[in-house]
Amino acid sequence: MDNSVAERIKSDIESNDVVLYMKGTPVFPQCGFSSAVVQVLTHLGVKFKGIDVLVDPSLREGIKTFSSWPTIPQLYVKGEFVGGCDIVREMYQTGELTEMLSSKGVDVQIKA
Amino acid sequence: MAMDAALIESLIREGIPDAEVRIEDLRGDGDHYAAYVEAAAFKGKTRVQQHKMVYDALQGRMGGELHALALQTSVPKDA
Repeated sequence: MDNSVAERIKSDIESNDVVLYMKGTPVFPQCGFSSAVVQVLTHLGVKFKGIDVLVDPSLREGIKTFSSWPTIPQLYVKGEFVGGCDIVREMYQTGELTEMLSSKGVDVQIKA
Repeated sequence: MAMDAALIESLIREGIPDAEVRIEDLRGDGDHYAAYVEAAAFKGKTRVQQHKMVYDALQGRMGGELHALALQTSVPKDA
């Protein structure tokens, strides 16, 4: 992987509490899995930075290497890799996601 | 891009010998699957680590040939 890509990922996940590497944007997700994670985060009222990997092929491959995780979306909280769509969805359903976000000091405001 | 369910199942079983594997073809198009994997080998591992074990068993096909595999892992109750 290009070092500059790794540097960019590091700086993004360090300077934003919640970062979602996704296909498309939070407003227009281009893939059902990315869309599902956006929905969870939106429902929890979590502010996050969405990064569209489709506009940058080096980032699209780079993030997979960086996390050693083969698929996108990928969620990072406070610089730590949380998982992909299935994990986020499962953690949301069990309440672990809310718990984890709160314990890391991320603001959660569940929308009715 | 399509992949046979039986191949997915056998790769997972090969990679994680004690695994109980169930594959569901979500749309009947040979391209969108759900896999439920239960294995004692998952014990004490985080979800990310458990999913990684399954991805490792798929030998690089995940994310490439296999785009849509919804994955759920669990540890057997008596493990």
